[in-house]
Amino acid sequence: MKRALLVEVLRDPGQVSGFAPAQWELLLRQARSAGLHGALPFVLDDAGIEAPAAPRAHLDWMRVVARRHSDSMRNEVRLIAGALGGTAPLLLLKGAAYLMAGLPTARGRLFGDVDILAPKESLPAVERALVLQGWAATHHDAYDQRYYREWMHELPPLEHMHRGTAIDVHHAILPETAALRPDPARLRACAAPIAWPGAMAGERPLHVLAPPDMVLHSAVHLFWDGEFDHGLRDLFDLHRLLAEFGTRPGFWDGLPARARELTLELPLFYALRYAARLLGTPVPAGVTAQLAAAAPNRARLALMDALFLRALLPMHASCADVFDKPARFALYVRGNWLRMPPLLLARHLFHKAFLSPRPPPATDDV
Amino acid sequence: MLLLDSLTRAELRRRLRRGELVLRTGPFATRIRSDIAAVADGMACIYGAHSVEPPDSFADFQVNLLRSTGWRRWFRPQVRFDHDGDAPFTPLPLAQAFPMLEWVMNWCVSNHAHSYLIVHAAVVEKQGCAVILPAPPGSGKSTLCAALAMRGWRLLSDELALVRCSDGLLIPLVRPVSLKNASIDVMRAFAPESRFSTPVGGTIKGIVGHLRPMEDSVARAHEPARAAWVVFPRFEAGAATSLAPVSKTDTFMRLIDNAFNYPTLGQQGFEVLAGLVDGCEGADFVYSRLDEAIAVFDGLAEGTS
Repeated sequence: MKRALLVEVLRDPGQVSGFAPAQWELLLRQARSAGLHGALPFVLDDAGIEAPAAPRAHLDWMRVVARRHSDSMRNEVRLIAGALGGTAPLLLLKGAAYLMAGLPTARGRLFGDVDILAPKESLPAVERALVLQGWAATHHDAYDQRYYREWMHELPPLEHMHRGTAIDVHHAILPETAALRPDPARLRACAAPIAWPGAMAGERPLHVLAPPDMVLHSAVHLFWDGEFDHGLRDLFDLHRLLAEFGTRPGFWDGLPARARELTLELPLFYALRYAARLLGTPVPAGVTAQLAAAAPNRARLALMDALFLRALLPMHASCADVFDKPARFALYVRGNWLRMPPLLLARHLFHKAFLSPRPPPATDDV
Repeated sequence: MLLLDSLTRAELRRRLRRGELVLRTGPFATRIRSDIAAVADGMACIYGAHSVEPPDSFADFQVNLLRSTGWRRWFRPQVRFDHDGDAPFTPLPLAQAFPMLEWVMNWCVSNHAHSYLIVHAAVVEKQGCAVILPAPPGSGKSTLCAALAMRGWRLLSDELALVRCSDGLLIPLVRPVSLKNASIDVMRAFAPESRFSTPVGGTIKGIVGHLRPMEDSVARAHEPARAAWVVFPRFEAGAATSLAPVSKTDTFMRLIDNAFNYPTLGQQGFEVLAGLVDGCEGADFVYSRLDEAIAVFDGLAEGTS
């Protein structure tokens, strides 16, 4: 397995001070392919690092993109809150939650969709309100509609007709068909209000998950899914969340118990293991010990190490070896396996492979 | 400083094959990798006076232009572009490899270099008077730009005007002038000393040929300029030459229409553009005869200096 310069810099930013020009180039390339190019300037700033002129220009470019992204995503949340009307709280998940709560995790984090969590019985009303304000379904295929509405934990993704922005409306954090199904009512019950940032005033109160639940959701999102294209970015989310919450009194003490309550000990085990292994995230020994019982057996853990430690590297030619593709494919199958029982999975993969219409190629003319 | 002209063709091809050719154009260094002979030939023809940096230096962009593999290697061969693994465009016929290099180098700049307000425009300068020529394709902007460059104006850019956000100065990005269809022969007749890459037909823009920039312009690529005029050119067969003032407001709005990253820059984009327009005169320019057009532009330069 090759070493990834980006991982080493996220772990210890200070080492860039000795970088040759070619190393800077490789670092920026890996950051871009990992989707961490927005976050890198802030990582280096925090470490008090002044980059040489040529890479510094790139860091400045990335900062511009990051600033624009945050501005437009804040505005998007405001528009969503307006479209939904009413006074029930708007519960944000992941990127939008980090951003609106002003968490350090949000700095330079580039994300595509706004994710929200709502009670299952309210989904038809939420969907209706969004569609009335210009959001439209993206998955028109009858099979896809059924896939989302019957088996998944979210509506088919909606996209705004003019702005092209996307929203995922969730009623749970794992699919209906998954073996592991933490009760979303418990997540909602512990969600906490946040203030609208700055001069923005939305009519609906904003809520985000409680700190331990935010970490657990991030862990589930990364380790209970089959796509690792942005694995390192998501692991870095966990790293930054843990660094932020870890200093708050009681956080570490409550985390393993909360994981047990929500049946999410194994995803948390993986999250802490690989955040510590790759990014050097400080995890108290007591927490590791409490989660030891949830760990897979030795042989299985060795296999998971081999798979995750590859798939969590940037998806860049400089990090890939011959085992890269098989590892990512194995994790793709595992991700689906965790989401559906075997018969349904077989049927789903068969449908995707042979019956679904081919998506158009995502490329343009020059 | 090593000029591309001083590399042998074999050395140029070797560096291109290995992704070791780092080409300096204005503020940017581009690492180019290609296994296509036409790319090496086109670069030798056009970029001879540009400098080449050592293989292990820092490159801003990584442009890969490689032949498609599989059956496409033999049947209707194609060239495929990727920027460090990211492939935003469909492959093109192999014969269009060199024009594609030009297009994707523009794409790299306009999608990343956000310390500049990037306007789709040519920029030329004479006696300290810099003129921005924004225009949609087909307006005759490049023909006018090439003609000015062949008659003593310094070329700063044919496609991308870079307005540096920190001080509002125009930063040269000296690259070839891209001429299409009849313009190629017009320019050959107008300036017989002009040097072109082999024209390539069948592209989305018709026949495309690239004019090698003057050595003086390339050598002065580190000298910024301050914009004095924004002139919107339009070629109209048989029309009388005319220069009509355009208000600041209209100049501003029409520049936004031609700017690539105005929305990305947000408030800063507004401020940079406002500063630029404040310091400039705006004009609509209609022409059909190049000699008369050049006389008008020389008048602008005289008037400013």
